[in-house]
Amino acid sequence: MHEMSLCESVLQILEQQAEAQQYRKVKTVWLEIGALAGVEIEALRFSFDIVVQGSLADQARLEIIEVPGQAWCLPCGRNVAVQQLYDQCPHCGSHQLQVNGGDQMRIKELEVE
Amino acid sequence: MCGVCGCGEGHSHSHDHGHSHDHHHHDHDHEHGAAHAHAPGLSRLRMVQIEQDILAKNNRYAAENRRYFNERGMLALNLVSSPGSGKTTLLTETIARLQGDADIAVIEGDQQTARDAERIRATGVQAVQINTGKGCHLDAHRVGHALASLQPSDHSLLFIENVGNLVCPSSFDLGEAHKVVILSVTEGEDKPIKYPDMFHAADLMILNKTDLLPYLDFDSEQCIQYAKQVNPRIKVLSLSAKTGEGIDNWLRWLKAELELQRIGYA
Repeated sequence: MHEMSLCESVLQILEQQAEAQQYRKVKTVWLEIGALAGVEIEALRFSFDIVVQGSLADQARLEIIEVPGQAWCLPCGRNVAVQQLYDQCPHCGSHQLQVNGGDQMRIKELEVE
Repeated sequence: MCGVCGCGEGHSHSHDHGHSHDHHHHDHDHEHGAAHAHAPGLSRLRMVQIEQDILAKNNRYAAENRRYFNERGMLALNLVSSPGSGKTTLLTETIARLQGDADIAVIEGDQQTARDAERIRATGVQAVQINTGKGCHLDAHRVGHALASLQPSDHSLLFIENVGNLVCPSSFDLGEAHKVVILSVTEGEDKPIKYPDMFHAADLMILNKTDLLPYLDFDSEQCIQYAKQVNPRIKVLSLSAKTGEGIDNWLRWLKAELELQRIGYA
C-alpha cells in the first residue's frame, strides 16, 4: 500500500504550492501515472480520498492520465509498446528491453480556487 | 531537530495524519474568514500547472544520501525481499565473515520491534532500527536521519535492510549503490514475474536457502530466466546463509563493490 504514502506526497506538494500559487482550495488534481510505475490506480483513488480529508483538497476530484509503457528494444533498435516489465519485444521476441516511458508518476495540473 | 534536512517544526511525514486532524479542529473556523476575501458569485476556479514528480521529495533526500556515501567512499546496499527470505540471517553470517575486512553498519527497517537490530548488534556492529509503523517501506528521509545517528566511518559498508515486502520498496530510492533482492527457494520460482517491479529495480538477486533445494520442486534455472526477462541486467548469486554454501562468492562480490566505491569509481 505505498499508494497511501504517494498520496501523502501529493498532498504535501499541494500544501507547499498553495502559498506560491495563491489558492485556498483544490478542486481537481490531474496525475500522470505510467503503466509501469508500479501504482495500483484503484488503491491510489481509495487512498487519495482518505488522505485529503480535512485538508485544502478535501473532496477534490482525482483525474488519472494513464501513460502506456514504452521500451527501447536493443536488438531491433527501436521503441516498442510494453504492458508489463516482463513483456518481450512484439517484433523480435527479445527481453533485451530498456524501459524509457510509462514509468512516471507526476502531478500535472490542478483546478483551484 | 533535524541536522540532515532542517525538518522539525510543522513538518509532516508519517505522523501527518494526527497533525492535520489537530489543525482541522483548531483552525477550521478561522480558515474561511481570514484568507482572501473574494467577491461572492464570481467563479474563482482556475487552472495551475504543477508538473512535479510525486516522488521528487524522496528523490532529493536520496540524492543527499548518495552524495554522503560517495564523499565517504562508502558502499550502501538496499536489501529487499519478502518477509522470511533470510535477510537478517544472511546479514549476521556476512558480518561474521567480513569483520576485519571492513567497518560495517546496519540500518534495520521493520514495521514493529527492534528484534532485528538486536540480532545485528549481537554480532558487534552498529545498528539502528527504524520502525515504519503502518508504513510498508523505508524512505530516503528516514534513512538520512538514521545516518546522522549511526555516523558510519569512511570506506565502510552499510547494509540497509528494508521492510519485508516485495512491492513497495521498489519505488523508493534510498541513495544506495545497488538494490539487492533476496529470494529464498521456498518461495517459488515465479516470484520475479509475479512481483516484476522489485526484480526490475534490483542489480543483484540472491537465491537463498539453497540447502533446501533437495526437498523442493524449485526450478532455479527457470527462476533466473524469469528474473532476466524482467531485468536483462540482473546478476544472480545462489547461496545458503545457513550452511555457508556459496556465501564466499557473495563476500567477493561485496569486497569488489566496496573497492569500487573506495577508489571513487561510482
